[in-house]
Amino acid sequence: MSDLGHVLILAGGLSAEREVSLRSGSRLRDALREAGVDADIADADAGLIPAITSDPPSAVFPAIHGAYGEDGSIQEVLALLGVPFVGAAAEACRFAFDKPVAKAVAHAAGLATPASVTLPKETFHDLGATAVLERIVATLGLPLFVKPARGGSALGATRVDTAAELPGAMISCFAYGDSALIERCVVGTEIAVGVLDLGEGPQALPAVEIHPLSGGYDYAARYTAGQTRFWTPARLSADEAAAAAAAAVTAHRALGLRDLSRTDLIISGGQVFFLEVNVAPGMTETSTLPMAMEAAGRALGITCRDLLGIAAARGS
Amino acid sequence: MAIEDVAPARGGGISGAGRGSQESHEAPSPHGSLVDPYVGRYAARAQEMVASEIRALFAVAARPEIVSLAGGMPYITALPLDAVGEMAGQLVADRGAVALQYMSAQGDPGLRECICDVMALEGIRAHPDEVVVTIGSQQALDLITRIFVNPGDVVLAEGPSYVGALGTFASYQANVIHVPMDDDGLIPEALAETLTRLAGQGQPVKFLYTVPSFHNPGGVTLSVERRARVLEICQRAGLLVIEDNPYGLLGFDGEPLRALRADDAHGVVYLGTFSKTIAPGLRVGWALAPPGIRDKLVLAAEAAVLCHSSLAQLMVREYLTGQPWREQVKVFRELYRERRDAMLEALAAVMPDGCRWTRPAGGFYVWLQLPPGLNSKAMLPRAISSRVAYVPGTGFYADGSGAEHLRLSYCFPEPGRIREGVRRLAEVVGTEIELRSTFGAVPAGYRPSGAGPTMLTGPAGSDTQQ
Repeated sequence: MSDLGHVLILAGGLSAEREVSLRSGSRLRDALREAGVDADIADADAGLIPAITSDPPSAVFPAIHGAYGEDGSIQEVLALLGVPFVGAAAEACRFAFDKPVAKAVAHAAGLATPASVTLPKETFHDLGATAVLERIVATLGLPLFVKPARGGSALGATRVDTAAELPGAMISCFAYGDSALIERCVVGTEIAVGVLDLGEGPQALPAVEIHPLSGGYDYAARYTAGQTRFWTPARLSADEAAAAAAAAVTAHRALGLRDLSRTDLIISGGQVFFLEVNVAPGMTETSTLPMAMEAAGRALGITCRDLLGIAAARGS
Repeated sequence: MAIEDVAPARGGGISGAGRGSQESHEAPSPHGSLVDPYVGRYAARAQEMVASEIRALFAVAARPEIVSLAGGMPYITALPLDAVGEMAGQLVADRGAVALQYMSAQGDPGLRECICDVMALEGIRAHPDEVVVTIGSQQALDLITRIFVNPGDVVLAEGPSYVGALGTFASYQANVIHVPMDDDGLIPEALAETLTRLAGQGQPVKFLYTVPSFHNPGGVTLSVERRARVLEICQRAGLLVIEDNPYGLLGFDGEPLRALRADDAHGVVYLGTFSKTIAPGLRVGWALAPPGIRDKLVLAAEAAVLCHSSLAQLMVREYLTGQPWREQVKVFRELYRERRDAMLEALAAVMPDGCRWTRPAGGFYVWLQLPPGLNSKAMLPRAISSRVAYVPGTGFYADGSGAEHLRLSYCFPEPGRIREGVRRLAEVVGTEIELRSTFGAVPAGYRPSGAGPTMLTGPAGSDTQQ
């Protein structure tokens, strides 16, 4: 057994990413137990605070995806409870989870990011959807990517190739949130770059290249083994690989993230475009961060045990 | 940008993103990885087995914070669990050597006798030899499909139809063709027309799958008059009928309806279950079939599972012979009637204009039609955020229609929760109507209901909110 003591993995939550989170959580628990850590899973429900206060864990590993898990809420509560936890603090999560804010921060730090607009549904209602959408297409061109401004797992996200598809995509998007990010669709190599900070500053893991067989990296492509082909490391030139690694670390630093993150990028025409960053990256069998760890020769359990150790030493 | 920002690689080297451009990085596999090494070896019938957003949302719906009007879980808390527990303990203590042993694939003879007594309540006269015990009626469906359907064979089913049956038909690669329903159940004329059309196309039909009483998801019941006509049409066409009747004893008005099988012993296979009258966890159902089909079912069951749980079968037999099970069914009926009433009252009170729904006289479900252009599947994430769940209508069709419909179940939540759930749903629908009017469009992936049912109202008149 490790000397870390009892740790809690937070998994579940009430967002649409609950199932993915539960899968991440149970994989993480198994990996940590294999690495000698006394790890259990807890859901973010009415039982959590009593469980933590009656038997405080030495550290918590938040693996709740989507709202509540990545928007800073759970991190804020953990801070209130005085429990050390892995990953970014609440304020940094709030910035990172909000895609338009994260894009703006990344852009200010020198990264390229696809041109976009962010609008709440009220704008379309008040000003007239047709006129607003026409203006968006005229400005950004086609194809476009429509996604909820906050949220993950491609839920509510649609690629739009013709103007006629746009209203339907907006409705699908607003099913998951009240604000939409409409982004120019950059066609290129889709990669995910994990960043780890094991005490020596943030370092990029090998990029994972994502090639969904159906064309789009949607929910089914993300969570059905066999629906997406992954290359780890990505099939990039050395220059591209270095630029992608640097971009992920830049985003991690600029957003004030901590311990671990995963940045999603597109490489097009030799240029790296920042799409979004995840503060509680997926840990399922089809998730890219564990693939990247493995490619770097890092076992998931030992790496996460080390992150928990760093969090415990940091304190609340 | 700092070029030192890379993680140490295996063996202390540099990997992937490389420590600067001058370092060579590990060569990726030329084919990449599909994570699952067995991809390419799966059967064609496994191709559609993929992760889905809807399943992900149902994972949330199972949480107590959500009012779930989605699942069809019987309210087994109403069972006398102490008595059932005592009975089970006694069974193992007294007859464990039989209850824990293998058994014939056709099922325990004593239980099959009891099953005949249960079916007699619906006018069926049957011999225990004609009964095959199955793992819920779901296994009976699986076995029936297994012995009759080759890939591409046509199976008829109501539109909408029970999602579990459609799943079974899909796993055998059946070609499901829907026949519309209205408030009186399957429309005989539509059935006759469909049969004529298919005959004209030279497409033989293997069987008609129907849930005549308290339909899942439709909530409607095949009228007595139509029962005779449906049977006549099928007899004339030589078409086998699979009568799935899980809710037959859970009618709210008067005596159980006469089963189709009661009037045709040769052309109907009857499927029954104790999942709704006792408990689904026992997994005991049955098929009542003509001798030729019965023999094949027994052999197919043997190949599939060797035999069913002896313990579960003997528990059901003990329950039926030693417990006041008819009174217990009455308790369930009253409980579900109260919940049905709560749901119908709440729907009438709060649903926006343009919504219509059926008024079930038994069973578990209300089938609701949204105003034109709304898409129940696209709306589900918003419903989950508002902490209410339902089942989108598309799951009940094999042809992609059903987007304007959804299924609500009233069997599990208590009446107060049902009212709260319907109130939340009404808000969600209201917001969706507003969204649709803003964009003047239907969501991506939307398909019109096509030949779906045009169910109107129950006997009480208009179900459209005034």
